[in-house]
Amino acid sequence: MYNAKAVIIGIVIFVAIFSSPFWTGWIGQDYTKTGVVLPAGEKECIEDTEFMRAQHMRLLDEWRDQALREENRVYESALNGKKWVISLQNTCLKCHSNYSEFCEKCHVANSVYPYCWTCHIIPTEGKR
Amino acid sequence: MKTSRRKFLKVAGLSAFALAGGMTALAGEAAAQVAPGKYVKREGMLQAKRWAMVIDTRRLKTEADYAPLIAACVKAHNIPDIPGDRNVKWIWTDSFDHVFPDDMNNHLNTAVRDKPYMLLCNHCTNPPCVRVCPTQATYKMEDGIVAMDYHRCIGCRFCMAGCPYGARSFNFIDPRLHLPDPVPNPAFPTRMIGVVEKCNFCVERLNEGKLPACVEASDGRVLFGDLEDPDSPVRKALAANYSIRRKPSLGTQPGVYYLV
Repeated sequence: MYNAKAVIIGIVIFVAIFSSPFWTGWIGQDYTKTGVVLPAGEKECIEDTEFMRAQHMRLLDEWRDQALREENRVYESALNGKKWVISLQNTCLKCHSNYSEFCEKCHVANSVYPYCWTCHIIPTEGKR
Repeated sequence: MKTSRRKFLKVAGLSAFALAGGMTALAGEAAAQVAPGKYVKREGMLQAKRWAMVIDTRRLKTEADYAPLIAACVKAHNIPDIPGDRNVKWIWTDSFDHVFPDDMNNHLNTAVRDKPYMLLCNHCTNPPCVRVCPTQATYKMEDGIVAMDYHRCIGCRFCMAGCPYGARSFNFIDPRLHLPDPVPNPAFPTRMIGVVEKCNFCVERLNEGKLPACVEASDGRVLFGDLEDPDSPVRKALAANYSIRRKPSLGTQPGVYYLV
């Protein structure tokens, strides 16, 4: 092979750089950890953690339609039958009161920027 | 294969029947729900078949009489006060000939003609705003309230053109710029730039078992109740007094009545 040494080194460097997202992921920080701080003193959310983690945005979407259109303003949890008044601002944020340590940590890590707070008010931070 | 006409028709008919049955079964299926729990009505919420309001203008005569009602609404819903023609209003006052332009009487008694009248969304039975909304951001609920879902509003302002009562306001600028910090009612959201807003008949308060803010502040001069219930305060007031509504000739059937 003509100029084999340089070509092989070049290929190795290329492969290393090309695959960098994969191996930095393995040796680096666990991508499932975003440093979210759960509210102190609260043991469980309205549903189990797995569901809330994966589906909270769909749940909120459904809550909105149920509350505004069907006037079903109470959600009965399948977890323990506990009843929650449907309200992002007054129910969710009552426990999850630390916006920058909870919502924002995960949203920033996942590059999602929902515009909830142009209308809804974060109790501890006032109108942003 | 040889099929007789009779046999073919039998199979075809049976297939059509099976297909139709399957279709109705599909149509009857509830939309998939994301949450594993159940959605229920809030305990103690005020319910009605058709919410309506009666404003006793015989006992509300001046701007000063209306001021506490308007203040209560502004406080409950974080309504900004924006100077100029970009203001947002849910509830306001105007002169008789602006409020009731259909009334052609040139020589009305001065007491009725010269005083201000309170205006708000009429929560029509046939709301033109709902018909023209391209996103169903505004809709009529079963209890007669014409409600808004600001999440869906795209700010096209068709509803403002459709409403014959001028009850809707557009947020030309961020309303928070003209609100104090903290806002008057931290339990209620504000709106954002680019959405249309209006009176919601205090649907959030009805759900808590409370009457609308302006009714509560009116000292019994504004009544609120179920128009379908003959024993409700509004029906009793309408049965015993002469009342008018705004622009009745349009056929929108407003839910706000004025005792004059």
